[in-house]
Amino acid sequence: MRIEFNTLFGVVLEQLICKHLTKKYGKGAKALDNVSFFIPSSGIFALIGRNGAGKTTLIRILSTELMPTSGHASINGIDVVSNSKGIRESIAILPQESRAIPWLTPRQTVFSYLLYRGFSFKEANKLASKALSRLHLGRYADTLNRMLSGGTKRKVLVATIIASGSKILFIDEPTTGLDPLSRSDLWKILKELKKDHFIFLTTHYLEEAERLADQIGILEKGKLLGTGSLQELRRMVGYEYSIRLSDNSEKVYVKEGKRIEGLDGSMQILTNGHEADRIASRLIKNHTKFSINPTSLEDIFYYIVRKPIYAGNEEGEDEEE
Amino acid sequence: MRKNRLNQMYASVLVNAIYAMKNYPITLINTLLAPISILIVITLVSHGSLLSVSIIGALIMSMVSGGVSLQADLSHLKNDFRLQDMIVSSPTSALVYMAGMAISEIVYSLPAFLVLFVLAAIFVHATLLGAFTILAVLAIMYAFSIALGFLLSTISSDIIQNWAFSGIISTILTTIPPIYYTITYIPLPYRYIAYLSPTTYAAEIAQNAIGSIHLSMLSLAIDWAVVIIVSAILFIIAIKKNKWRE
Ligand SMILES: Nc1ncnc2c1ncn2[C@@H]1O[C@H](COP(=O)(O)OP(=O)(O)O)[C@@H](O)[C@H]1O
Ligand SMILES: [Mg+2]
Repeated sequence: MRIEFNTLFGVVLEQLICKHLTKKYGKGAKALDNVSFFIPSSGIFALIGRNGAGKTTLIRILSTELMPTSGHASINGIDVVSNSKGIRESIAILPQESRAIPWLTPRQTVFSYLLYRGFSFKEANKLASKALSRLHLGRYADTLNRMLSGGTKRKVLVATIIASGSKILFIDEPTTGLDPLSRSDLWKILKELKKDHFIFLTTHYLEEAERLADQIGILEKGKLLGTGSLQELRRMVGYEYSIRLSDNSEKVYVKEGKRIEGLDGSMQILTNGHEADRIASRLIKNHTKFSINPTSLEDIFYYIVRKPIYAGNEEGEDEEE
Repeated sequence: MRKNRLNQMYASVLVNAIYAMKNYPITLINTLLAPISILIVITLVSHGSLLSVSIIGALIMSMVSGGVSLQADLSHLKNDFRLQDMIVSSPTSALVYMAGMAISEIVYSLPAFLVLFVLAAIFVHATLLGAFTILAVLAIMYAFSIALGFLLSTISSDIIQNWAFSGIISTILTTIPPIYYTITYIPLPYRYIAYLSPTTYAAEIAQNAIGSIHLSMLSLAIDWAVVIIVSAILFIIAIKKNKWRE
């Protein structure tokens, strides 16, 4: 008897499973290279990676828009590659760079999407109002999308996908290009939505993943280099604390921990608990100013990928913060 | 959940035609202007003798521009708004989405059709058979143009390409061929160029139906064969090339 990976004695586990997913576009390099992982299909999973890492490719395969070159993927026991019809009822996607259609109002945007999904006029009307008010868009509901701010437009799209009642949401770089205020507004919304949705999101804002995600995956050049909660990733890296020296302290000799150069050229030491204690007292004796923090996702990313997340990032406008 | 396919198609009609017309009424004038302005020019230049021919020509042109707009609209919704990605991953089928989009182009052109049909009813004198023939020609030109629209939308991937495509296609299909006048206005060696466009054949059938030209049975049969075969081939290629789930 062959026992399926995603069932345990016939009980379907609420999981997203990828097995050996590989995608090659034409004759090019592999956009995804043998990606395997499984995560619970609840809360927020954030897939982080630099531009071109393969995030969109993975999200498009999982949301049945793209066929993988090889490999399997299933969500809650439904094979998304061979049974796209079976999963489409319960998923909705907000594609990267999607825009609210300017000649529609938010209400028309949500309503027409619901008609597309097969709802009746009556249901579509009711669900559209409900979704718009859940995202506090009521007062903009009948203003043309083109008159709305960037952040509000993005919220209209989020309202659109949640209106369908799909419990599995794929959201590709939801906050790219938004100002910090709109971004934190959207974070609040996503945090609220994760109570009753499984949200698979991609981002190259590590802060976003750090704040929102229950599970994080790190993708680099098509390879998945790690998955887990922030705490698990910290353990995987083996350093729990990050000490950042504030002035240019080449003279300070620290033999413990792992020295890395910070993004701004400053010196940084990754270390574990009891070493941190010793390093700190030495630094204090030396009158060196420093800060000590739990290892951040940025440190982890740098440690695992050996490159900062923005290295080789052509989209200059995303780097401003 | 029971899916209402008519509503699914109607969603495209709303997004691509009705909401656009309702929220931006200026689009109504735009769709009216193009076919009717040529009609007016041709009628004036010919001192009225080409009025009926050019009314039929304007109807054919409206049908053909449906496909040209379809390819632009499909690409626009797909590449600039990523609507198609949202639809692909939803329970909507490719066929329902595409059919809805095709219908939306007719709805969008309704104001023009209305005016042209009224003009036709007043100025074009056709037998019942002639009227049916014209309707059949219009239907097949619509099929031809939406098949072409589908096909082009699958190969054009950015907006610059789109504008170029739309321009070239509409020139080849509606400006160069003799649809607002009869082919006899074109000096002989150049007529062969006109015969490279399927719209020339469609216009000939329609012009024959209202008695502006007189075709032999053989020529008429060839004209029908060309428009039907070309449309069918385009449809088959469009369906084969259709990139829904990539
Ligand atoms: N449609 C496509 N055709 C060819 N190559 C593509 C296509 N889409 C993405 N790629 C390539 O695949 C790689 C991964 O891209 P993508 O999944 O978009 O990465 P990300 O979303 O992480 O920025 C990149 O090298 C990109 O150039
Ligand atoms: Mg991407």
